[in-house]
Amino acid sequence: MAKKKTPPRSEPSFGETDAPTRASLLHSMLLQRRFEERCAEAYALGRIGGFCHLYIGQEACGTGAISLLRDDDYVITTYRDHGQALARGLTPRAVMSELFGRSDGCSRGKGGSMHLFDRNTNFLGGHGIVGGHVPIATGVGFAIKYRGTDQVILCFMGESVVNTGAFHEALNMAALWKLPVVYIIENNRYGMGTALERASAIHDIYQRGAAYDMPRAQVDGQDVLMVRAAVAEAIHRARTQSIPTLLEVRTYRFMGHSMSDAVSGTYRTKQELEEYMKRDPIHVLRAHMEERGEIDDAGMTALDEEIKAVVQDAWDFAEASPEPALESLWEDVMVETTT
Amino acid sequence: MSVITYRDALNQALREEMQRDDRVFLMGEEVAVYQGAYKVSKGLLQEFGEMRVVDTPITELGFAGVGVGAAMVGLRPVIEFMTWNFALLAIDQVVNAAAKMLYMSGGQYPMPMVFRGPNGAALQLAAQHSQAWESWLAHIPGLKVITPATPYDAKGMLKAAIRDDNPVVVLEGEMLYNTKGEVPDGDYIVPIGKAEVKREGEHCTLVAHGKTVLMALQVADALEKEGIRVEVVDLRTIRPMDVETIAASVRKTNRAVVLEEGWEVCGVGAQVVDYVQRHCFDHLDAPILRVHQEDVPMPYAKNLERTAKPDVAKTIAAIRQVMYLPTA
Repeated sequence: MAKKKTPPRSEPSFGETDAPTRASLLHSMLLQRRFEERCAEAYALGRIGGFCHLYIGQEACGTGAISLLRDDDYVITTYRDHGQALARGLTPRAVMSELFGRSDGCSRGKGGSMHLFDRNTNFLGGHGIVGGHVPIATGVGFAIKYRGTDQVILCFMGESVVNTGAFHEALNMAALWKLPVVYIIENNRYGMGTALERASAIHDIYQRGAAYDMPRAQVDGQDVLMVRAAVAEAIHRARTQSIPTLLEVRTYRFMGHSMSDAVSGTYRTKQELEEYMKRDPIHVLRAHMEERGEIDDAGMTALDEEIKAVVQDAWDFAEASPEPALESLWEDVMVETTT
Repeated sequence: MSVITYRDALNQALREEMQRDDRVFLMGEEVAVYQGAYKVSKGLLQEFGEMRVVDTPITELGFAGVGVGAAMVGLRPVIEFMTWNFALLAIDQVVNAAAKMLYMSGGQYPMPMVFRGPNGAALQLAAQHSQAWESWLAHIPGLKVITPATPYDAKGMLKAAIRDDNPVVVLEGEMLYNTKGEVPDGDYIVPIGKAEVKREGEHCTLVAHGKTVLMALQVADALEKEGIRVEVVDLRTIRPMDVETIAASVRKTNRAVVLEEGWEVCGVGAQVVDYVQRHCFDHLDAPILRVHQEDVPMPYAKNLERTAKPDVAKTIAAIRQVMYLPTA
C-alpha cells in the first residue's frame, strides 16, 4: 500500500513505540524463543506428543500485532500457536502444561499443542484445519458489529491458507459487511514443504485483498516495529470504521514445519535458511534498542537468564501437574443447557 | 391451538425465540429479502431487520463458520442451509469446529447454535438433491440431531434447539413443510432427546423419524384393517437417542421394524437395531428388519425414484415378515 502522507494531528501516529514498549516486546519475543527451544527438547524426550509446530523465527509477527490489542479484543490463530498464546498473556505454566497433556493446561489437556484456548484473554484458539478458522474470525467480527462494540479480532494464518475456499468466503463476507477483522498472513514462504511459488498463482499475496476491495499491505515480518506500525493502522481502521484489512507479513520459520520435519534439505536449502536467519527478529529488535541505548550485552544476558528461569519454572510446573482425571474424558462433550 | 403448516410452525418458533432473546439471529441464503427459499423465514426481515435476518452469498462453508465465530463469543446463531445437501460444503465447520470447540477448549467455549434446513428426498430432484444425512451427523459426539415430523414437534423442538447451549442439527423436510397439524399459539418446548409413541399398538413396533413417521402412520392404518395393531415410535431425536422409549415398546410387542429415508449401510436403523438387541434380546420373537432407501444414488425418472424410496408397501411386507405372516 502506498505510504500515507503525514497524518493530520487528530490521527494517532500508528504503532509508535516508547522504550518500555520496546523492552516489553523484547521480553515477549525472547520468552517465546526460549520457551519453544525447550518445547523441542521436551518433544525429543517424549514429554510432548502429537504434532508440534514451532514459531521460532516468526515471533515478531504475533508479538507486534498482539501488543496493540485491548484486553477485550480477540485473537484466533492456527496450529502454530504457542508464540501468539504467550504474547497474548497465557502463562508459560498453562501452555507448557497443555503441551505436556496435564490437567493444569490451558485447555485441560484436551487440546494439546494445536488447540490452545484461553477465555480469560479472549484467545479463541489454535485451529488445526488449514483455513477453517478464517470464517470463524469473520463470525467474531460479525458478532462485534451485531453488538455495536468497538472491539477487533486479529486472525493469524499461514500463507498457504490463501488458496483455500474458506479464506475466499471469509474475506468476501468481511469486506461485504464491513467487519472489524484484521487478517494477518504470516508468509513464511512454505506451506509445509511446498513453496509459495509452487502453490499460488500470485506471489505478492496481499494482493488477494484486491478481489474484495479490502485495504491491504505487505510488511517486513522480521522487524517487530514495522509489524506494529502496519497492524496499528489496520486496528485503527477496524475499530473506528469497522473496515477489515489484509496484511501479508513476510517472515521465515527457522525450524521445520513440525517436529517431524527436517529444518532444511528437502524443500529448502541450508544456504537459504542461513540467509534468512541473519534477520532473526530478536536481533533486529535488539539492534533498534542498542541504537537507542536501551540495552547492552549485560542487559541482554540478564534478561535471558530471567526468562530461562521462567521457562524452567513452566517445565517443572507442567511436569508436576497431574494427568487429567480419567472421568474428564466424558466432560466437555456437551454443556448442561441453562437457558 | 390452531391448525397450521409445518412451515408456519417453524416460522413461529423463529419469531418467538427472536422476540425472546436478542442474541438469536437467522443467517443463510435467501432468508431475508426472498423470505426464505421455502418461506420458513417469511416476515422475519420486516420484523427484526437486516442485522438479525441476514442474507449471505452462496458460501455455505463461510457462513457456517460465521455462525461458529458468533456463537463462540456469545450470540445464538440459527444457520439455515437451503438444503442439507449443500451443507456438505460446510461440513468442516459443523464437524471440526462446532461439534469440537467445547471439548478442544477444555470446556471454555460452548457453541449455542442451530444448523437447520430440509433433509432427504423431495420429488424427482435426482441424486445430488435427494439425500438424508442424519446418520452422518449423528455419528459426531458434540452434536445433537433432531428430526421433527409434525408441526407441533417442529415448533417445540426448534425452540428447544435455539435455547440449547450446544450445537443442534435440525433436519426438516421439503415434503413436510406443507403438512398441517395442531400447534399451540404460545410458548411451549418439546424436549430434545425424547422419542414419542405416535400411535399405540401391541403386535409390532415400527420405529421411524422425520417424514417416515407419516408413512409409518399410514402403514399402521392399513394394517389395522387386518387386525394388526402397529405401535409407531417416532424417534424425534437421533442423538441423543431415547433408547428407553424404543426398548419399552419392543418389550411390549416383541417385534420391530425400523424405517428410514437414508441408505442401509451404517444407517440410523443399524443403530436402533443395535440398541434393541442389547436391551431387548430376550424379548424378541423375530429378527428385526429394516426398510430404507435402496443402495443407489437417487434416480430422476419417476418410476425409478418410487422404487428406490422406502414406501408403505415395503414397510407392510417387512412387518408381515417379522410377524411370520404370509407376505402378499
